Amino acid sequence: MTRTARRNRRPLQVAGAGAAALLALSACSSSDDSSSAKSDSSASASGSDKVSGDVTVFAAASLKESFEALGKQFEKEHPGTKVTFSFGGSDSLAASITGGAPADVFASASPKTMKIVTDAGDATGTPATFVRNELEIATLPGNPDKIASLKDLTKSGLKVVLCDKEVPCGGAAQKALDASKLKLAPVSYEQDVKAALTKVELKEADAAVVYKTDVHAAGDKVEGVEFPESADAINDYPITVLKDTKNAEAAKAFIALVRSAEGQKVLSEAGFLKP
Amino acid sequence: MIPSDKADAATDTLQGGPRRRRGRTGVGRGVPLPLLIPALLGLAFLVVPLIALLVRTPWHSLPEQLTSPDVWQALQLSLICATAATAVSLVLGVPLAWLLARVEFPGRGLVRALVTLPLVLPPVVGGVALLMALGRNGIVGQWLDSWFGITLPFTTAGVVVAEAFVAMPFLVISVEGTLRAADPRYEEAATTLGASRFTAFRRVTLPLIAPGIAAGAVLAWARALGEFGATITFAGNFPGRTQTMPLAVYLALQSDPEAAIALSLVLLAVSIAVLAGLRDRWMTAG
Amino acid sequence: MTKIDETTRADTAVEGLDAHLVVDRGTFRLDVTLAVAPGEVVALLGPNGAGKTSALRALAGLVPLSDGHLRLDGAELDRTPPESRPVGVVFQDYLLFPHLTALDNVAFGPRCHGATKAEARAQAAAWLDRMGLAEHSGAKPRKLSGGQAQRVALARALATNPRLLLLDEPLAALDARTRLEVRAQLRRHLADFEAVAVLVTHDPLDAMVLADRLVVVEHGQVVQEGTPADIARHPRTDYIAQLVGLNLYRGRAEGHTVRLDTGPAITTSEDLTGPVFVAFPPSAVTLFRDRPTGASARNLWQCEVAGLETHGDQIRADLTGELPLAADLTTVAAAELDLHPGARVWATVKATQTHAYAV
Repeated sequence: MTRTARRNRRPLQVAGAGAAALLALSACSSSDDSSSAKSDSSASASGSDKVSGDVTVFAAASLKESFEALGKQFEKEHPGTKVTFSFGGSDSLAASITGGAPADVFASASPKTMKIVTDAGDATGTPATFVRNELEIATLPGNPDKIASLKDLTKSGLKVVLCDKEVPCGGAAQKALDASKLKLAPVSYEQDVKAALTKVELKEADAAVVYKTDVHAAGDKVEGVEFPESADAINDYPITVLKDTKNAEAAKAFIALVRSAEGQKVLSEAGFLKP
Repeated sequence: MIPSDKADAATDTLQGGPRRRRGRTGVGRGVPLPLLIPALLGLAFLVVPLIALLVRTPWHSLPEQLTSPDVWQALQLSLICATAATAVSLVLGVPLAWLLARVEFPGRGLVRALVTLPLVLPPVVGGVALLMALGRNGIVGQWLDSWFGITLPFTTAGVVVAEAFVAMPFLVISVEGTLRAADPRYEEAATTLGASRFTAFRRVTLPLIAPGIAAGAVLAWARALGEFGATITFAGNFPGRTQTMPLAVYLALQSDPEAAIALSLVLLAVSIAVLAGLRDRWMTAG
Repeated sequence: MTKIDETTRADTAVEGLDAHLVVDRGTFRLDVTLAVAPGEVVALLGPNGAGKTSALRALAGLVPLSDGHLRLDGAELDRTPPESRPVGVVFQDYLLFPHLTALDNVAFGPRCHGATKAEARAQAAAWLDRMGLAEHSGAKPRKLSGGQAQRVALARALATNPRLLLLDEPLAALDARTRLEVRAQLRRHLADFEAVAVLVTHDPLDAMVLADRLVVVEHGQVVQEGTPADIARHPRTDYIAQLVGLNLYRGRAEGHTVRLDTGPAITTSEDLTGPVFVAFPPSAVTLFRDRPTGASARNLWQCEVAGLETHGDQIRADLTGELPLAADLTTVAAAELDLHPGARVWATVKATQTHAYAV
């Protein structure tokens, strides 16, 4: 009963959120003075939603930058809300959720890790794919080792790090390697994508296979090299409201923002592909 | 306050174990409740997770889990690296402890604080710091690389370095404490008999503080065995080369909690075996 | 060790110890001159905190000299590190290495001086034998009695053939009974020792039995020096007077009368002029409850009992008043006089029992 009631209200909410997001974005790009902040709050106040309270979002590490931006936006649109993020390897997040960690939203970097949560009956509804992420090779700035393809990573003497096979970026990398029948001996299987990227940023490793978004986020500390085999291993990112949520209203509103045109814009600016 | 039935339950569950030692001086006789209840809660807090691990152990699949070569590889690597890290800590840490305990020099307090810093530093931060120092582009590491062709990250030696970094302070603190408690006049007596300061240290001080060194070495070894953060940050994770047991446990937990529990059990058993084996020396040192 | 003797011995070498020890330690300054001939045993005697142990540590090289000099058999030792000095030390609580047997404790020195393990052990066994400890050579220090440990410590110090033997309160750690025995043994061993021996003690009896000469140190300074008999007869400070059990006063003599710096006059048998000390034993004092009639007014003082304590079979009365003094009397006499703290008494001393000597 209540669920259908809420469902009915959603389109309106999304529209309001979108409008507010536009306002917020323009406010950000022009200036950040108090008058524009005031206009933001008035805009969202005029919206019909009654979303308030805390939302806790468990999200894959690769979503950090874009989700933090969207979180700020969400809080501006819905005064009185507070979005708290926990970023990490999707697997450990999934393990935390099935272990009873209090969270409202789970955004995973792979259907496989999402499945752990849905299999445990901890999600409500069917998870929706909101972005996709493509692999890219991160090399040292200027690409001194002249890496141009996945095959180049197998050159001897090259220190390559991959994500551990248990985490999505590692699984995807393995899929791409398998598809092109390449054998790669990395120096390390890192526990998550950020750790893999950090090794290149610190110049400890010569290259890492990570997400495009991570290369993007790292700025000029690494140089990205696209490779065609990445098409074989594109990761879908599913998002869902969790069963144990204490604030389903706000959780849904946040997912709506993520899936809205504005949310997608932020995400694609970070290097994600549209679903 | 704490409901009395809860406290009773706590004593009930615990009576099986400690009763033998406690003898006839029972609970409640002379032991004030404001001390007893937190004490028992504290004990439960430390013991219950270990019991939970045992309860949740997948005993049926355990033989299969434990006979997998991956487990043995990780265990072997863990033992080798922890022992090597302890050896490094002994060789460098005992003289450092001696310096701190016996030689007056300006800034000694500061040096002691620096030595103990890795105790409170998050191990991951320690790993990052090690990368900055000994990594391929680290302030020391770049010279190691260009002069000797040595790079530590992603190698077993790197694991030893990371473990020694977090474990050595335990040894230094323990040995320094023992040295301070030991009478420095024995060293003086040795010098009046014609021993150089080093001979005095080797033939008199070292045997005198042996129990403290043993205790420190056990602490350091245990810390090294359980080391995770600095290791994965500095040395990475590669089975057979840098993947120690704690790393294997952590990564197994992502996909196969049963395997993680099995691995944890092995680590727990090894730790208990070693601590029990060294208990006597440990006790005398304590 | 012997090498130092040969190479650096000055032509005008004086055998034995010639030291001027100055050690500055914050507010405390030790400034002591010591000259000891080979074969002589000198005791540094003084109250706690007087600087005796500092002097000993300076001699051993365990504390550096701030000033002064240190020559042993003509060789300069000021800058020589402790391990290179031909010095043996018996520490107050012996400091036997607890992890080594008695034999290995004694062998430690010879080993450090280059002997092989077998040689060192043979020498150590010989020393233990001389000390009558042959059957204890395999014992760890904690299994040894106080007296045995003391002898092992002595053997250990002597095993390096030192030219200077230092003993820090060698008997202080022993109980009264053992002390008597060990004192006699130690005296024999010191008598046999042909080089310089310096011992530090706060016990006058140890000092007088063991040493040929006493050097009394107070506040880091030598206050008196001499043979035990001389010091016992002519104390020059309150501390020494107390140690040897004499009432001691300082004053100015004019013939048989000594006017004390602090008050009354004492009539003495000696005929002196100028600054003097006057000393008399507590047993020379006679006490009266009432002013003795018919007695001469000389050496008669009104006093008050400040304290009483038994002293062997005697009562020692501590008196204040005109002249502060200590008096010994029998228990019976004390009872007859009804002595108690606060009691007022008259004290007299015969002139013949006093002893005056020039400062």
